[in-house]
Amino acid sequence: MSHAISMTVNGRSVSATVESRTLLTEFLRDNLRLTGTHVGCDTSQCGACTVHVNGKSVKSCTMLAVQCDGAEVLTIEGLANGEDLHPMQKAFNDHHGLQCGFCTPGMVMSALEVADGNSDPSDEDIAKGLAGNYCRCTGYENIYRAVKAGAKAMGS
Amino acid sequence: MAKHVGERMKRVEDGRFLTGRGTYTDDISKPGQTYAVFVRSPHAHAKIKSVNTEPALAVEGVVAVYTGADMAADGVGGLPCGWQVIGKGGTPMIEPAHPPLATDTVRYVGDAVAVVIAETRNAAKDGAEALEVDYDVQPAVASAVKAMEKGAPQVHDEVPGNVCYDWELGDKEAVDKAIEEAHHVTTFDLVNNRLIPNAIEPRAAIGEYDPAGDNYTLTTTSQNPHVIRLLMCAFVLQIPEHKCRVVAPDVGGGFGSKIFHYAEEAVVTWAAKKAGRPVKWTSDRSEAFLTDAHGRDHVTKAQLAMDKDGKFTALKVATVANMGAYLSTFASSIPTYLYATLLAGQYTTPVIYAEVKAVFTHTTPVDAYRGAGRPEATYVVERIVEIAAREMGMDPAELRRKNFIQPDQFPYETPVALTYDTGNYQASLDRALELSDYANFEKRREESARNGKLRGVGLSCYIEACGIAPSAVAGALGARAGLYEAAEVRFAPTGTVSVFTGSHSHGQGHETTFAQLTADRLGIPVENVDIVHGDTDRIPFGMGTYGSRSLAVGGSAIVKAIDKIIVKGKKIAAHMMEENADDVDFDDGVFSVKGTNKSLTIGEVAFQAYVPHNFPHDELEPGLDESAFYDPNNFTYPAGAYVCEVEVDPDTGECHVDKFTAVDDFGNLINPMIVEGQVHGGIAQGIGQALLEGCVYSDDGQLVTGSYMDYAMPRAEHIPDYNFDFTTTPCTHNPIGAKGCGEAGAIGTPAAVINALTDALRVAGVDNIEMPATPLKIWQALNGAKQAAE
Repeated sequence: MSHAISMTVNGRSVSATVESRTLLTEFLRDNLRLTGTHVGCDTSQCGACTVHVNGKSVKSCTMLAVQCDGAEVLTIEGLANGEDLHPMQKAFNDHHGLQCGFCTPGMVMSALEVADGNSDPSDEDIAKGLAGNYCRCTGYENIYRAVKAGAKAMGS
Repeated sequence: MAKHVGERMKRVEDGRFLTGRGTYTDDISKPGQTYAVFVRSPHAHAKIKSVNTEPALAVEGVVAVYTGADMAADGVGGLPCGWQVIGKGGTPMIEPAHPPLATDTVRYVGDAVAVVIAETRNAAKDGAEALEVDYDVQPAVASAVKAMEKGAPQVHDEVPGNVCYDWELGDKEAVDKAIEEAHHVTTFDLVNNRLIPNAIEPRAAIGEYDPAGDNYTLTTTSQNPHVIRLLMCAFVLQIPEHKCRVVAPDVGGGFGSKIFHYAEEAVVTWAAKKAGRPVKWTSDRSEAFLTDAHGRDHVTKAQLAMDKDGKFTALKVATVANMGAYLSTFASSIPTYLYATLLAGQYTTPVIYAEVKAVFTHTTPVDAYRGAGRPEATYVVERIVEIAAREMGMDPAELRRKNFIQPDQFPYETPVALTYDTGNYQASLDRALELSDYANFEKRREESARNGKLRGVGLSCYIEACGIAPSAVAGALGARAGLYEAAEVRFAPTGTVSVFTGSHSHGQGHETTFAQLTADRLGIPVENVDIVHGDTDRIPFGMGTYGSRSLAVGGSAIVKAIDKIIVKGKKIAAHMMEENADDVDFDDGVFSVKGTNKSLTIGEVAFQAYVPHNFPHDELEPGLDESAFYDPNNFTYPAGAYVCEVEVDPDTGECHVDKFTAVDDFGNLINPMIVEGQVHGGIAQGIGQALLEGCVYSDDGQLVTGSYMDYAMPRAEHIPDYNFDFTTTPCTHNPIGAKGCGEAGAIGTPAAVINALTDALRVAGVDNIEMPATPLKIWQALNGAKQAAE
């Protein structure tokens, strides 16, 4: 069965007709060609597909596209202001918080929620906030540093 | 010009990854592409009685269905193994056929039987579900030790007893004699747990065929596109190599698992021609668990002999290594030439004997995973040394010191076929002990005890052979490939430089490190350098990235090409300045004539090279573009000392890694920030192996740990406080003096963690615990020990 849906993605209105089973992550990647949102597992545990829906971070593989009808969606592609990186993106670059880059979009989107209203997150806040995101490259050490710096920069 | 080598330069590749502009294989769509889904065996061992493709073909959107019989009819060959191991008595290993799609027998859960190609991924999935395979299920065996037992199910008819090879290294007689005469012999039996690599980007491949030029293109998640092209063209599809392009774009982590030539790569390339459309396959995670080559899986018995002062007099090791159902690309070399050759560790043990039996089982093929053989060797050596220290009542640091190869003994020839060029093991251990405040450990142990916790400390002094090469040695040991690296350095007329490297970056930051190296050597701004990798049509040749070889071998190839550029530049500069080339010097981007004030920048020389209005063409060729192959004289030998402190909660069995100190000697560093990042990641994977990760098969070959719900990897919460430092003895035989840093963390860490854990548990009478040391195992060990004592 097909459904006509509309939503705002990165500030842009989009409409499409999708199958019922289309996941938000498939809609973003296949319909909108926003391939910055990645798929790293099929059990909602890696967090590579994390985006924001109505201001909250969600794993886009756990939502159907039709559930997002009328929603505001923010993906990694919508963070930078032109060529100016968002402070959290810049913090990941400054602190070498990424290596292969595959988990990075999801990691940054989760980090934004950690930093939301908390400009000085503790190690525990970060561990909790990133509990749903796997990174196999960095050993997380520099991700901690990046999230702290990014949160501070966002708070100032 | 500002110098960049040694600087913590921020990575140039980050911009695209941080903004979602990275281009991974699954992000690519080709015009008219179809989607492939593989039909895989749910059984560990079965005869294929029949395959009925009709129901799949009837599904709307299905374009084609191909089976092993279709590939066989086209003359498609099997997936080759790149390394021949010769066993005892000159008996070569047995290499059973490995068809990309099984024809008559399936040998592990996940073995591919057919491929369904459709207009959409969902249609292909529906088709794969509809396809009917009639299996005659056979008994299976998952454990390598059980597979060697009499009457065990046979994986391949041509491999009686399932033993692929029975291999040995070293002087058995001398070792047996030393053990007999020893003051003390420590024995240690261990299992090195099987791991699943789990790069976060699942594998993917897109095949294309262009009939206009009879050209094939494979886009794939590979660490070494040229190797894939060679293996696929020459052995599997038997197509001319120059008609095939292999592209490995941004790749989301590899850790070894993306070295190998996999069946899916050959199938999509072959099917693209057959179906007349591009064919794209993307693994899902469940499929990755079943089909990405696994790592480790050793069962080992070891004996270390000592004299009364604790000097090691011999080491004897017997290992059974699980190969899985087929020989993956480099599988045979891992438990032999990358394992047994490292059993000397950092020590002067005079005689060593290793015996390795490689065994087929009904499980996923096993091959290189970060460290590949060297973590297994380090685990044997560094665990048995720690146990020996406890048995001898000696401080583990002191026992190591007593046995270290001394700085004045290099080059040092070990009894297991390697010659270490340089090192200073005492220096890294001293620094690690200082940094970790080892001297005050007992105070921290008492503090933990007051809080009801058990604290332990463990050391691990690892060594690895990296920069996998040289070709002559590799060839003598059975490698069927050369192990060098290639590079091309090309100036554009306006003075910018493109470096084409055969190394491949899948997280290592080559676009930054290689640019730093190139900019300094040429004396040009770093932003004028572009690093190009991952495309057989653009790169002259390449052996790829694995074995921590990119900087030591790939970087050295770039340096060699740069040296040729400078020689050519001197000739051009001499011509321009009307001087003799022998009188021209080059330094920091400027060609100058000795004893004069005449000089030209390399930019001016490059421009002239492409605008050669007055070149004497019989003496001087236009252009400034040089390529080089670099084949080193030896492996490199990174080494270091790790100190781990853990705290165990005896009520829950939880083991928390509290402090981790790593002092590594990687030789000269180009970008310390990137190097530290490599070590962080390696240590995390080492902690994963020690405490969390364990691949489990049921006795009949079902993968029990087949998803992230069953297979635990480190998350942010599992990471300790790190202390880092480096000691430096530059590699003596490459122009950079670099040794490689990619695998050290994964190699040195598991022994450090388990040494610390068993130190913590000693007070409760627990002297060993197998990896992964989960809270359940630790709690059971503590309580079992308590019960036994009562």
